[in-house]
Amino acid sequence: MQADAWFFWIFAIVLAVSAFAVIIARNPVHSVLFLILSFVCAAGLFLLMGAEFLAMILVIVYVGAVAVLFLFVVMLLDVDFARLRQGFVEYLPQGLLIALIVALELIYVVSGLGPSDRAASAATPAGTLANTAALGEVLYTRYFYFFQAAGMILLTAMIGAIVLTLQHKPNVRRQDIGAQVGSPDSVELRKVPSRAGI
Amino acid sequence: MGIGLTHFLALAAIVFTIGVAGIILNHKNIIIILMSIELILLSVNINLVAFSTYSGDLTGQAFALFILTVAAAEAAIGLAILVAYYRNRNSIAVEDINSLKG
Repeated sequence: MQADAWFFWIFAIVLAVSAFAVIIARNPVHSVLFLILSFVCAAGLFLLMGAEFLAMILVIVYVGAVAVLFLFVVMLLDVDFARLRQGFVEYLPQGLLIALIVALELIYVVSGLGPSDRAASAATPAGTLANTAALGEVLYTRYFYFFQAAGMILLTAMIGAIVLTLQHKPNVRRQDIGAQVGSPDSVELRKVPSRAGI
Repeated sequence: MGIGLTHFLALAAIVFTIGVAGIILNHKNIIIILMSIELILLSVNINLVAFSTYSGDLTGQAFALFILTVAAAEAAIGLAILVAYYRNRNSIAVEDINSLKG
């Protein structure tokens, strides 16, 4: 086997196992850590396919931001996770059976696509450009409006998350800049004599 | 036997199914449900990148990038809603989120 086949099998098996561990882990912190492992494996698969930019984005954005956000929330909320697992074991056999059937059907469908060889210069049709540059050329020209819309979505998400979680506690004394500056005796004009000080 | 498009599609199918099974099995724990949704979106991304690579067209990767954006926004909003809900109700169990029932 070639080296890329070895790497594919390593990443694929670790991805499938860690994705499975995400859903059956007893402790949600372990789930998040397995989620991080599966993201890293998916980034490795993206590298194998020549999508270097997406692989790096996956590591930076997903592992660096989204998974850590999950970790924060899991650790922040004091939840009785044992209660949330009630009924897990009794649903497990049927759930896994149905999942297995669905997965086999999906694999049967995609295996009917027939052999398809990798396109000549795989992810970089331009040939000379690196993946990131080629992606940028597509993104900033043909999909420019989609790109702007993606920026708007991120802005909306940011504002929404702040609005949802920001809370003003009643007993906290905050600085009121308007009252501070506007009060009549706060700002005073004095004539300072030269070399005498106030 | 070389690695072809079918291998990547089959792997994406497996991850997708694991995500769906995760939603069904952990139907009481909304944090695991959100993680399962992330897994499903990841499998969609693997599909898109595989098709993009094996057809020599970068459109798939551009769309994978948009899916990453939407998934990140979804995770941020979902977790913010979760934190706000926990602050109000002291619980995040899905079976407790039923105040709209009346």
